[in-house]
Amino acid sequence: MSVQIFTPREFHRQAHDALGDPQIRANFRKAMDGLMTKRREVFGDWDLETLRELGANIRLRALSKLPDLLEQLEASCQANGIKVHWAEDGEEACRIIREICESHDAGSVIKGKSMVSEEMHLNAHLEEAGIEALESDLGEYLVQLNEQTPSHIIMPAIHLNTDEISEILHVKTGTERTRDVDYMTAAARSQLRQRFMNADVGVSGVNFAVAETGTLCLVENEGNGRMTTSVPPVHIAVTGIEKVVEHLRDVPPLYALLTRSATGQHVTTYFNMISSPRKQGEHDGPREVHLVLVDNGRSSIYQDDELLDTLRCIRCGACMNHCPVYTRVGGHTYGTTYPGPIGSILSPHLMGLEDTKDLPTASSLCGACGEVCPVKIPIPDLLVRLRRESVGEGRGNVPGAGVKRTRKEAAAWKGFQWLATHPGAWRAGISMAGKLKALMPAKLGPWTDYRSAPKPAGTTLHALVKRHQASKAHEEER
Amino acid sequence: MTPVKLYPPKPEKAYFFGTCLVDLFYPEAGLDGIRLLEREGIEVLFPQDQTCCGQPAYTSGYQNEARAVAAAQLDLFPEPWPIVVPSGSCGGMMRTHYPQLFAGTDLEKQANEVAGRVYELTEFLVHVCHLRLEDCGTSEKVAMHTSCSARREMGLAETGPALLAQLGEVELVEQARAAECCGFGGTFAVRHPEVSAAMVEDKTQAIEETGAKRFVTSDCGCLMNIGGRFEQQKKAVTGEHIASYLWRRTS
Amino acid sequence: MSARDTILKRLRERTDGPLSAPESDFAVVTNRGWSAEERLSRFERLITSVHGEVIHAPREAWTDTLAKALADKGVRRLALGKEHPVAAEAREALADVGIELVDVDRDIEHWQREQFENVDAGLTSTQGGVAETGSLWLWPTPDEPRLISLVPPIHIAVLDADALEDTFFDVVESHGWADGMPTNALLISGPSKTADIEQTLAYGVHGPRELLVLVRHAGDAPGDKT
Repeated sequence: MSVQIFTPREFHRQAHDALGDPQIRANFRKAMDGLMTKRREVFGDWDLETLRELGANIRLRALSKLPDLLEQLEASCQANGIKVHWAEDGEEACRIIREICESHDAGSVIKGKSMVSEEMHLNAHLEEAGIEALESDLGEYLVQLNEQTPSHIIMPAIHLNTDEISEILHVKTGTERTRDVDYMTAAARSQLRQRFMNADVGVSGVNFAVAETGTLCLVENEGNGRMTTSVPPVHIAVTGIEKVVEHLRDVPPLYALLTRSATGQHVTTYFNMISSPRKQGEHDGPREVHLVLVDNGRSSIYQDDELLDTLRCIRCGACMNHCPVYTRVGGHTYGTTYPGPIGSILSPHLMGLEDTKDLPTASSLCGACGEVCPVKIPIPDLLVRLRRESVGEGRGNVPGAGVKRTRKEAAAWKGFQWLATHPGAWRAGISMAGKLKALMPAKLGPWTDYRSAPKPAGTTLHALVKRHQASKAHEEER
Repeated sequence: MTPVKLYPPKPEKAYFFGTCLVDLFYPEAGLDGIRLLEREGIEVLFPQDQTCCGQPAYTSGYQNEARAVAAAQLDLFPEPWPIVVPSGSCGGMMRTHYPQLFAGTDLEKQANEVAGRVYELTEFLVHVCHLRLEDCGTSEKVAMHTSCSARREMGLAETGPALLAQLGEVELVEQARAAECCGFGGTFAVRHPEVSAAMVEDKTQAIEETGAKRFVTSDCGCLMNIGGRFEQQKKAVTGEHIASYLWRRTS
Repeated sequence: MSARDTILKRLRERTDGPLSAPESDFAVVTNRGWSAEERLSRFERLITSVHGEVIHAPREAWTDTLAKALADKGVRRLALGKEHPVAAEAREALADVGIELVDVDRDIEHWQREQFENVDAGLTSTQGGVAETGSLWLWPTPDEPRLISLVPPIHIAVLDADALEDTFFDVVESHGWADGMPTNALLISGPSKTADIEQTLAYGVHGPRELLVLVRHAGDAPGDKT
C-alpha cells in the first residue's frame, strides 16, 4: 500500500477519489450506521436534552474562567508533584516534550491516543531527533504501521476493514493472514507489551484536566492508556488549554456524554484519573509526570464570543458519525487532524483559511452535527460564520479571512441583492425566466451531471396569486 | 435547540411568503398552499413585493447582501398576522436567522417580531389550523422526505407525516435513513457537486426501495434535487410538494 | 515574556470582554432513588453486558468461592496484596490450595518482566461500584498497586454489595473526592476491549482479557444468582 499524503487544499480531488472507492464508501457507511444506532440506543432512557444542557454549561463555565482555571490547574498539579509546561504552538510543545525525553536519554516513547499530539506532528518531530515514537492504541498502531494518519478522532483505523488490517499486520509484523480478529488483537497485544516494558517515556493526551484537584482524566477501553501512564518511568500528558474543567464534580456528566456520544457505550472500560507521580512508598507508576498545556491557536479562537463555542468540544466524534458528508468521503479526505464538522470549524483556526477554504462549505448545513453535539456547539452556525470570514464578510479575525472572495462571485451576490430588493425588477425577472424557459440550457454545470435541470414553471406565484385573487373577487361579486 | 413554540388560535388572516424557488419553479405548490389555508376560512394576504428570504446569500457567507435582502422583506408584514412559509428552509431562515442577522442593528426589534410570527406551512396546518382532511384519492404508497431545516432547525419532523396519516387511502412508507440529508444544501450542491450527488443517489435509492412511486416533501430545494435525480435516471418515481399533494387528494 | 504569561495575557485581555459563568444544575446525574436490589441487578446487567463476569458469595465464606473460581480458571500464580482484609483473608484461605501467591509490595522495577509474563491473575479489593454504568472504583495503594488490575490476563475484583452507589457523580460527591485525590483513581467497567478492527469487539487487547467481580453479601447471599 502506497503512502498517500492528504491536504485540505485538495479536498475536492480527495473527495472525488474517496467517492470512487467502493471499499472506503462501504467501510464508512457500515461504521457510521452502527455508531448512530448505538448512540441512539444508549441515550434511550436518559433525559438527553437536560444532560446536554448541563454539559454545555459546564464547558461554558470553564471557558468563562479559563485563565484563572489554567493557573489553578497549574498550582494544583505542582502541589501534587506534576510539572507543568506551557506551549504557544505545536512546535514549542514538541520541543518541550523532546527536551524532557532527552533529559532522560530516552530512545523510545510509547504513546496513548492523543489528537493534540497528531495536531502538532509530535511523532515526526521525535523521530527527527532520533527518538522512536510508537502508537499503542490498536487503531493508531495499525494506522502507524500503514504509514497513515487517523481517519476518525475516536476510531483512527475506521477506514480499514478486517482484510486490509490483516494484510497490514502480515506485511509489517509477520502475522498470519486471517479474518480472526481475536488472533490479530492477541498478536498486537504481545507485540506492544514488549514495547511497553522497554519504553522510556509514555506520552498521553488528556480528556479532562480538573483545576481544583490537579487531576488528569483519560477515557479508554483498551488499557493502553493506563499502560502508557503507568508503566514507563516518565509520563508526559499533553493537552489543549481548553480541556480544563473547574471541579471534579464537572467530570461525571461530561464523561457520561462523551462515551455515549462517541461509541454508544454506557461507560468505557477504563476511566483513569491521574493526580500525581509515584509517591514515597508506592511501588509502581511513573516517577515523573509532566503536563504540557498547548495553545496553538486556541487563545485566538477564545477572543470572539461566537467562535468561542468551538472550544467547548470534548472530542467525541459524534458530529462526524452523523455527518452525511463525512460518511461518504471519509476522514482522510479532509486532510486535517480533525475531520468532519468539528474539523471544518476548528481547522481554519489551526491552519488558516488559505489552506482550508473548502472545508466550511463541505456541509449541506443539514444540522445533524449540531443536533447530536453533547455540548451543544452550534456547528452549522459556525460553519456559516467561517464562510463569512472566508469571503471577507466576517470580523476578519480568522487567519486567511477574505481568501475566498472573488470579484466575480461578490458581484453576482451584489446582483442578487439588487434584484431581491427591487420587487418590480424581481417580478419581471422571474416572469421572464419562466417565459424564456425554452432557452434554458439543458446543462447547468455540475447540477445536471447528476440531475435533470429544474424547469421554470412558465408562470410565477406572484402572477398566479393575482389571477387567483381576481377570480375570487369576481366570484364574490356574483 | 428547537425553540418551544406556543401556537395561537386560528387567525382570521395570514400572510403567505411564497419563497423564490416556489415562485420560479413550483408556483402551483404555492397556490395550493394558499388554497389549503383559504379552505380553513383564513384570508390569505400575499404581499406582491416579496422576493427571497435571503438565505442563499446568508449560507454562502454574504452576510451584508443577505441582510439587505432580508431587510426588504421585513416591512411586508405590518399587521400582526402569522406568516406562513411553504418551506422549512426559508421558514428556518426567517425564524432562526433573522434575529441573528439583525442583532445589534436598528431593525433588531422588527426582525425579532417578524421571526416570532413565522410558521412553516405543515406546522401551521397541524398546530394552528388543526386541519382535518378527507381523502378523495385512490390508494397509493407515498414516501415523505422532511427537509433538514424543517426537521432540525424548526423541529418539525412530525407535521408532514401527521398530515399524510390523515389520508385514508395513502400508505406512508419510510425509507431507510429517512432523517439523512438529500444532499441539496443550497449552494452546497454546486460547490461540492460530487458529494451532493452521492447523497442524492443514496436518497433516491432508499425511496425507490420502499416501492413508492411518489414522494412528497415540504421543501422545493429537496424536491428539485431528489426529483431531478429520479428524472435524470428515468425512474418511475415522481415528487410533489406536500401542499399540492394534500390539495389534489382532498379537493 | 514566557509562553505561560503570553497565553494567560491573551486570554485575560479577550477582545469581546469578560465572560459570565452559567450555573450548572447536576440533578440529571444524581437522585436515581434505586433500591439495593435495583442497584445490584443494574450493576450486574451492565457489567456482564460488556463481558464482565459476576459471582456472588456470602461474606463469611467468600474465599471458598474465590478458590473455586481460581481453580476453574486454572490460575496458578495469583498476584495480591497483604494488608487489605480482602488480600489477607485470601492469603489465609489460599495458603494450601496449590496456588502460588505473588507478592506485589515490591517496586515494579524489580519484577516487571515477571509481572508481565508470569502472573495468571491479579486480585484486588475495590472501594465500591456504580450501578448506573456497571463500574468498579479503585484507589490503588502501596498494598494493592495500580498495575495489578491491568497487567495480568485476569483481574479478580472483590466488591461488597452494600458498597454499590447509584451514579459516578454520587460516588465523587459522597466520598469527597475533591478533598483529596490519590495518585491514581480508576473506574473499571469490564475487561480490556477494542473495536478498532472493523467494529468487531475483541477482549484483552492491552489489559486483562477477563474481569471477574466477586460480589460479597452480608448475611444470606442471593445464592440463586450464582
